[in-house]
Amino acid sequence: MDPGEEKRLSVIPISYYLVLSAILFGLGAVGVVFKRNIITILMSIELMLNAVNLAFVAFARAHGQIDGLVFVFFVIVVAAAEAAVGLAIVIMITQNRQSLNVERINLLKF
Amino acid sequence: MPILDHLWIIMALPLLGAAVNGLLGKNWSKSVINSIAIGSVSLSFLAVLELIREFAQLPADQIPWVRDYFTWMTAGTFHIAFSLQVDQLTIVMLLVVTFVSTLVHIYSTGYMAHEGGYYRFFCYLNLFVFFMLTLVLASNLIVMFVGWEGVGLCSYLLIGFWFLKQSAISAGKKAFITTRLGDTAFTIGILLAFWTFSSLNFGDMFKSIVQMPSDTMAHAGVLTIIAILLFIGAIGKSAQIPLYVWLPDAMEGPTPVSALIHAATMVTAGVYMVARMNPLFSRAPIAMLVVAIVGAATAFYAATIGLVQTDIKKVLAYSTVSQLGYMFLGCGVGAYAAGIFHLMTHAFFKGLLFLAAGSVIHAMGGEQDMRHMGGLRKQIPITYWTMLIGTIAIAGIPGFSGFFSKDEILDAAGSGPHKNTVLWLLGLIGAGLTSFYMFRLVFLTFFGEERFDHHKVHVHESPKSMTIPLILLAILSLGGGWVAAPHLMGGTDHFEAFLHPVFAAYAPQEAGVEQGVSLAGSAGAAGEISGNPTMELVHAITGPPVIVAVLGLLLAWWFYIRKPELPEKLAKSLHAPYVLLYNKYYVDEIYNALFVAPLLFISKYILWHVIDEGIIDGVVNGTASAARGAGGKLRQLQSGNVRSYASWVVLGAVGFAVLLLALLRVSH
Repeated sequence: MDPGEEKRLSVIPISYYLVLSAILFGLGAVGVVFKRNIITILMSIELMLNAVNLAFVAFARAHGQIDGLVFVFFVIVVAAAEAAVGLAIVIMITQNRQSLNVERINLLKF
Repeated sequence: MPILDHLWIIMALPLLGAAVNGLLGKNWSKSVINSIAIGSVSLSFLAVLELIREFAQLPADQIPWVRDYFTWMTAGTFHIAFSLQVDQLTIVMLLVVTFVSTLVHIYSTGYMAHEGGYYRFFCYLNLFVFFMLTLVLASNLIVMFVGWEGVGLCSYLLIGFWFLKQSAISAGKKAFITTRLGDTAFTIGILLAFWTFSSLNFGDMFKSIVQMPSDTMAHAGVLTIIAILLFIGAIGKSAQIPLYVWLPDAMEGPTPVSALIHAATMVTAGVYMVARMNPLFSRAPIAMLVVAIVGAATAFYAATIGLVQTDIKKVLAYSTVSQLGYMFLGCGVGAYAAGIFHLMTHAFFKGLLFLAAGSVIHAMGGEQDMRHMGGLRKQIPITYWTMLIGTIAIAGIPGFSGFFSKDEILDAAGSGPHKNTVLWLLGLIGAGLTSFYMFRLVFLTFFGEERFDHHKVHVHESPKSMTIPLILLAILSLGGGWVAAPHLMGGTDHFEAFLHPVFAAYAPQEAGVEQGVSLAGSAGAAGEISGNPTMELVHAITGPPVIVAVLGLLLAWWFYIRKPELPEKLAKSLHAPYVLLYNKYYVDEIYNALFVAPLLFISKYILWHVIDEGIIDGVVNGTASAARGAGGKLRQLQSGNVRSYASWVVLGAVGFAVLLLALLRVSH
């Protein structure tokens, strides 16, 4: 990255990134809580993870440290694994129950 | 000098015996328990004999011989070591305690042979000896207090030995609680002593007492207060007015216990304490007067109750209270040696009387009421003869031990440096009463017609294990006073001369001179009257104490042998005083109404129903029901709906973030 571009980027204050991150996280949280479709819930979780990733990257950039970037890689890897396993489970559930509604997946409930 | 360096051995032996028998003895045979119990105590007695041999070779400037074994507690300037000491007073007490204990242990093997809880009995008895020796050997007030409380504990355990009997349990509790009243004052006295002298070691305390100005009759200072507080402890322990009420009830315990604890040793602890603290008491004339008055009053008062009691052990119990009064009277008029002398002779003859009474009860198959005895002298001759010797000794007939010691006390009260005619007169009348009720006991028990059912009672002499201690004690009751005999002929009183260093070392200046006079020239004073030893002897054995003793004897003989119907007539014609005496002046009832009943009322209706049930239980139950109510409400959060949990998590996270931000804002 050349110095000019770096300067231009640093013009955007960190709070902008954080506010965006908070909004995305909030949307994700609302989605997890209020949505009933299991696919939507998984997507909302992805949204929350990416909101956190955004915050990590913004902090890493602002403090000039690499730790945040490393965390982001971990989060992406875990998210990918989660998506793979989660979607496989969703497929199995759908085949068994013919429904994507979480309210109806209550076999283990007391 | 092995024993002098290891004084603890003397007291450790009985403790070891108690531990072995108490922890392991439950299933052992009686002979094993016997050999451990008697062995430990008699070894302790042998150790005392060896100690005396070594003590005799000690140079005078090394007495009292003090040994610190370990530091017990330290807090700032408060330093208490576990220290023991030996001086002439200790020697006398050690001899009495270990000797009488050994005999009582031997006697108990016969007396308790048919009782359950055999190992428990000997465990307690050994433990008692340990605590008594601690009390006697102690070199500071705290270690002494340990022994003091320990003997009280053992007394409680042994009075309530037959714990299935309600009256025995009540008597045990009564003894424990009553003495506790005195001990409260005793504890305060110890604290005040530390506050005043900054040390509780006898030696240090006495050194600072000597440097303090003495209290006088007109000016009562801290010395008087300490002395009186300590004496209140002695009142409880040694059963004096007004705390004597526990001792007659303590007769619920087995008879050997009555002999050892409630006649010979524990109850004399108060007398020993007063004698031990003689530098303090000698400088507090008001306290001395209190001691003498309480002693003389008790000596007289308890003797009057003894006149009409019908239970053989109760008579002896009141007699013990009365004799303890004499010991305090002796100490109170400054004749500490006479008090201790009476303590020693009393241990012999009262121990003997109790053991003999036990033998009578044993022979009668448990009967204690003298009205159902009579004519026993042919059937149980050894018991009869030994008991007769004990009776003659306590009555003060010349030649027997009680005569020498009681005579010395009355002599000091009547003509000593602190003489007091009223107290002397009380003591004198008490002596007459003593002689009367003791011979009454003997006549009712051993003479006259047999007032029991021959089909029910099979009278038999006790086994050897019981009669041999009786005989040994009878010999001492007969001869134990003769160490003081030359005094009568104008010579030295060996007992008083032996104890003289203990009581002279810190004696007040003027009293010291007087004591010297009384020791060296007491005969001189009397000598002015008669001039030669024979006349003095005649004078001594025809003095007022002897006259009242003989009068008591004759009166008892007249009442109970010559005209046995007379006492009943007299009881009828003097009905009111008789009933008053028979019911022990209603003191138990008065105490019950004044102290016990209000205490029970407060305990029941305020402490129990209000404080305990209302407040304490209320707090506990309230906490429980608050927790249950809160739980009931909080339970509704647990709906099982995952999405509501998730909302709570989010809400919590948001709340936490807001809080964090607010805190950051504040800190900046």
